Parts: sequence; structure tokens; C-alpha cells
Amino acid sequence: MSTAILVLVEQLRGQVADITFEMLGAARKMAASAQRPVHAVALGRDAAGLATRLGAADSVLVVDDPVLDQPTAEAAVAVLQQIMEQKQAGLLLLGGTNVSFGLGTRLAARTQLPFVNFCKGARTDGDALVLTSQLFGGKILSDVKLAQGRGIASIYPGAFPADAGRSDKTPAVEKLALAVPAPKVVFQQYIEPEAGDVDITKQSVLVAVGRGIQSADNVQLAEELAQTLGGAVCASRPVIDQGWLPLSRQVGKSGMTVKPRVYLAFGISGAPEHWDGMQNSECIIAVNTDPKAPIFDGAHYGVVGDAVELIPLLNEKIHAKKG
Amino acid sequence: MNLYVLLKMVPDTVEELNVAGDNRSLDAEYLRFKLNDPDEHALEQALLLKEKHGGTITVVTLDAPEVDDALFTALAKGADRAVKIPADQAALGTIATAKAFAAFFAALPAPLAADALILPGSQAVDDLEGEVAAYLAELLKLPYLGVVCGVTAVDGKVTAVKEFSGGLRGRFEVPMPAVLGIQSAEKPPRYVPVAKVRAAMKAAKIETAAIEPPGPARALDLDHMYKPEPTGRARMLEGAPEEVAARITEVLAEHGVA
Ligand SMILES: Cc1cc2nc3c(=O)[nH]c(=O)nc-3n(C[C@H](O)[C@H](O)[C@H](O)COP(=O)(O)OP(=O)(O)OC[C@H]3O[C@@H](n4cnc5c(N)ncnc54)[C@H](O)[C@@H]3O)c2cc1C
Ligand SMILES: Nc1ncnc2c1ncn2[C@@H]1O[C@H](COP(=O)(O)O)[C@@H](O)[C@H]1O
Repeated sequence: MSTAILVLVEQLRGQVADITFEMLGAARKMAASAQRPVHAVALGRDAAGLATRLGAADSVLVVDDPVLDQPTAEAAVAVLQQIMEQKQAGLLLLGGTNVSFGLGTRLAARTQLPFVNFCKGARTDGDALVLTSQLFGGKILSDVKLAQGRGIASIYPGAFPADAGRSDKTPAVEKLALAVPAPKVVFQQYIEPEAGDVDITKQSVLVAVGRGIQSADNVQLAEELAQTLGGAVCASRPVIDQGWLPLSRQVGKSGMTVKPRVYLAFGISGAPEHWDGMQNSECIIAVNTDPKAPIFDGAHYGVVGDAVELIPLLNEKIHAKKG
Repeated sequence: MNLYVLLKMVPDTVEELNVAGDNRSLDAEYLRFKLNDPDEHALEQALLLKEKHGGTITVVTLDAPEVDDALFTALAKGADRAVKIPADQAALGTIATAKAFAAFFAALPAPLAADALILPGSQAVDDLEGEVAAYLAELLKLPYLGVVCGVTAVDGKVTAVKEFSGGLRGRFEVPMPAVLGIQSAEKPPRYVPVAKVRAAMKAAKIETAAIEPPGPARALDLDHMYKPEPTGRARMLEGAPEEVAARITEVLAEHGVA
């Protein structure tokens, strides 16, 4: 299995996302025993300028059509399909992010290659590549075999070390002139994040509530605790979707990435999309009624119990201590 | 507008999940099912569009445990028709599921109109092979956008908002007919009283689509499924709630908080 591995460089508004380096590291690992070349694919008018940062790849393939400056998946799909054919690439790695969402499925439909989602581990097994995916909110893993290491994989953010994908080498740059179709789904503009009343990324203590908090009234209890602690309340997606807190308080894949000194997680299961946004907190204390909740696998401290009961008790204790 | 909402039942991940004897599926015995979260939002988005622009909402599903409840609930909320495709979802992966839906849309008496939107949920917790929405769009050769969190329609075109990260979103113009994978609706999904669902059960009917069930089950060579080994397990604080609260207070103090 010596077909090339392609890595799609992920950018949003000119910023190269960390997932790019995580994928390059993963690609190097997958390539190692099979001597496959690794090509980074960079799209858009600024793409060539990124090459110096992509030294972990053997070469950087650049398509600098202005249409590709926009976050339109359609154009990216068309270009990637052509590159896969031209380079006889057997494996394509994509970021498991909202930016690259849907690319893999559509390319799989067009190339008939197998697509593996939520990939967080990889090993070779003879000629095959075995990918491990995380399913059911992190409660189940599944191993999939790609014969001859051929397929398309969406790489779970944070699963592979980014450092393995950084290098000082200068890779060869190859410009490709490809047909870029005008997308039917037309990008119009970015909508900036709502400026919230508080910036949860700047708090040293966060009281986070999930679906287990059960009601808007109970969110108020958490609000009181946050005030006592001098921090702020944030939440998982279901709480935001219920309209109990504004979007500016959402932590996770679509929301904010936070790194407080203490993250108190009440009634949050620890789904990968939430974990994404808070895994680097210095100390994570999780309270959940389910002793098997995935959040206990990553938290520093855990309590099996009812958040609604514990929050006011904790608030009292801290008040009492303050005197 | 002609609005089609696809509803999928998924295992409730709050329950304990076990791998079945075949090592390739979940043990069905203790599974509890619920409607995929994004589908609640897809239905809500459809209801909001219907309220504004009129039209009909058809909810479509494959056969799955407890799916009738979800269909009657959708009817009670304001969907006009509920259709079941006679194929067991448990046996099908994403690609086969998308093919089943493609067959359903191909068999409609008239082609999808210029005011038609297909609204699946953006994603589900078991999407090993990818998202049905994107695959279906490919099969039907329709425009597609995923992780959508808002849809408005003006003059035969829809504007859809897609989520990126960090609260950043993007606005896109989408020609109809199209497939939009809905992540969240503009408003929280509405609540419908049980009495109304009961009334729907009495008054409404679930139709069965007359299409051939799809072929091969799964495209991927799934080797096996297993439960993760707990990596760094949290230090569990035990005792009565009072004691636990006291221990947390100490931990907070150790970290210079409170
Ligand atoms: C594209 C995409 C993007 C996403 N982006 C995000 C994101 O940015 N942020 C995000 O958070 N999610 C995001 N999600 C959703 C994510 O997949 C999960 O669905 C979500 O994080 C689950 O939230 P939760 O833990 O609050 O709810 P659940 O998973 O339902 O968990 C609730 C938990 O509460 C516990 N519980 C119940 N009652 C109590 C009680 N009384 N006391 C204590 N515990 C209790 C239960 O045991 C359970 O573990 C995204 C999903 C997709 C597909
Ligand atoms: N078996 C199914 N029955 C009904 N709808 C489905 C089914 N599978 C997928 N869908 C629809 O496609 C969306 C995405 O599903 P999935 O691709 O499994 O993430 C779901 O939210 C549903 O709207």
C-alpha cells in the first residue's frame, strides 16, 4: 500500500487550525510503515504562503483559486476529488470540525471510497489500516478496517498530538490548475459571535450546567453559585438550545473553548463535542447521577449525585466559609 | 413550501450501552430510544417556516423502535403527513439509509418543487459512515449545507446560517430544492401536551411508502465495537451530599478559588 496520503489544511479566515497539525502527525504515523508520501492540500489565494508551516508533509499541493477563499464546501469537494484522482491518493484526512463538516461524506459518495467518521486512533495491520472511532457520545469505540489503507477519514480534534505534525523542513510546493465550479450554495457573510454580557473564556472559575440541570429555574441556582465564587455560568448545547442561556455561554465544538482554573460540570455527560471546549481546564469537577458518564473518565474529581441538590448546598458551604 | 423532515430514533446515551454478541452492534435488550436531538430542531424549523410561508410538512422515517410515538408527536405539533419507509433502520448504515430516502423521493408523484426543502438532522451519535443528509443530497444531486442553525425563505431562495466554531457563523444563500442538515432551529422546540398527541393517534394515520427496501447493509468493514478502557479516571468524592459539598469547597480552595 504505497498510495499517497492527502491532508486537507484546515483554515478559517486565513488562520490555520491546530487540527491541521494533528492530521499531519497522524498521516506521518500512518505513512511510516507503508512508505506512503504525505501531501498537504492548501486551498485559496493565500495557500502558497502557508507552506513553510507544513514541513511535516512531503509536499504541499496548492490550488489558489479565489472561490476557495470562501468557506464553501462544494468547491472544496470538487477540487479534492480531482486531486485524489490526479495523485492516485488512497487516503484523505479531513478535520472532524464544523468547518470541514460534510466534505468526507460527499467525497465518499463521489469516489466510492469508504468514509470513517469520528476517528481518534489508527494502526496498521499488514496491508490494512485500522481506524478507531468514537461513537455514542464517547460511550462506545469501533474499529474499522480499510483494505490497502484506502479511504477517507474525519479526524477527531485533540486525538492526535499536534507537535508530531510540526516541522522546520521546507516542503516542495506544487501549484495545481484545476477547474473550480461556481458553488450553488453561495457564501454571503460571516456573522460575528454575539458579544455576551460576560466573556466565559476569561473566567477563572466556571459553573457549567448540562441537560441534567432540568429547568431554567435550576440554572438560576447555578447562577447564584457562580456569583458566590466570583465566576460565571456556562453550559452545554442542550441548555443553550432550550433558550435558558444565551449562545455566548456555550462551551464546545460550536461554542467557546475555555481554560479556567476550575470547571464545575453539573449534569453534563461529557460528549466529545462538549469535551472539545473544556478539556484543558486546570481542574474539572464533574457531578452526574450516572456513574458511567464519560465525563468521569476525563475529570479530575467526580461526584455521583444530584446536581440540583448539590448546587445550593455547595453555595451555602462557600458562603459560610467566607463568613 | 413543501417541507420534508426526516426523523431518526437513536439510543439514549444516558443509559448504559453494551455491545451485542456479534461485536458489531449494540445489545438491543436494554436500549432506550429517543428522537435524535437535531431532528426535534429540524421539525421546529419546518413548523416555523410553515407558519410564515404556509405549505405542508411531511415527516418521514424508517422503521425503528418507538418511532410511531415520534411520528404522532410530530403530527400533533403541526406536521401534515407522516410516512414510514418499510425497512428496519437497525440493519442499515448511513449509505443504505440515504439510498432508502433517495428511493422515497424518487417515487414521489411529482418531482421536488422549487419550494421544497428536505430537512434531516445534521448528525447523529452513531454516524460511523457519515451523515445521511450529505449523502442524500449527493444521490438527489441537490444543494446541501450542514450544521445549519437558522433558515429564512425569501422569493424562492433560502438563506441558511451555518455554525463554525467559537460562536462564529456564516450566512449562505441556497437555491431550492435543497437538503439542509439542521443542528438547531431558530427557537427552542415547542412542547406539545400529551392530550394532543393522543388525539393525533386517534385522528391521524401513518402512511407506508411503497418502495423497495434498499440492498446492502453497511459499506464499511466494521471489525468490532467495544467499550473504551477508562483513561485517567476521576477521583470520586463520596459521602452524604453535605460531606461532598465540603470536600468540593476544599478542592476549590486548593485551586485558589473561593
Ligand atoms: C456538529 C455538532 C456540534 C456540537 N457542538 C456542541 C457544543 O459546542 N457544545 C456542546 O456542549 N455540545 C455540542 N454538541 C452536542 C453534543 O453532541 C451533546 O449532545 C451535548 O454536549 C450533550 O449535552 P449534555 O451533556 O448537557 O446532555 P446529555 O448528554 O443528555 O447528558 C445529561 C447528563 O446529565 C446527567 N443527569 C441527569 N440528571 C441529573 C441530575 N439531577 N444531576 C446530575 N446529573 C444529571 C445524566 O446522567 C447525563 O449524563 C454538538 C453536536 C454536534 C453534532
Ligand atoms: N433511519 C433513519 N430514519 C429516519 N431518518 C434518518 C434515519 N437515518 C438518518 N436519518 C435522518 O438523517 C439525519 C442524520 O442522520 P445520521 O446520518 O444518522 O446522522 C437524522 O437526524 C435524520 O433526520
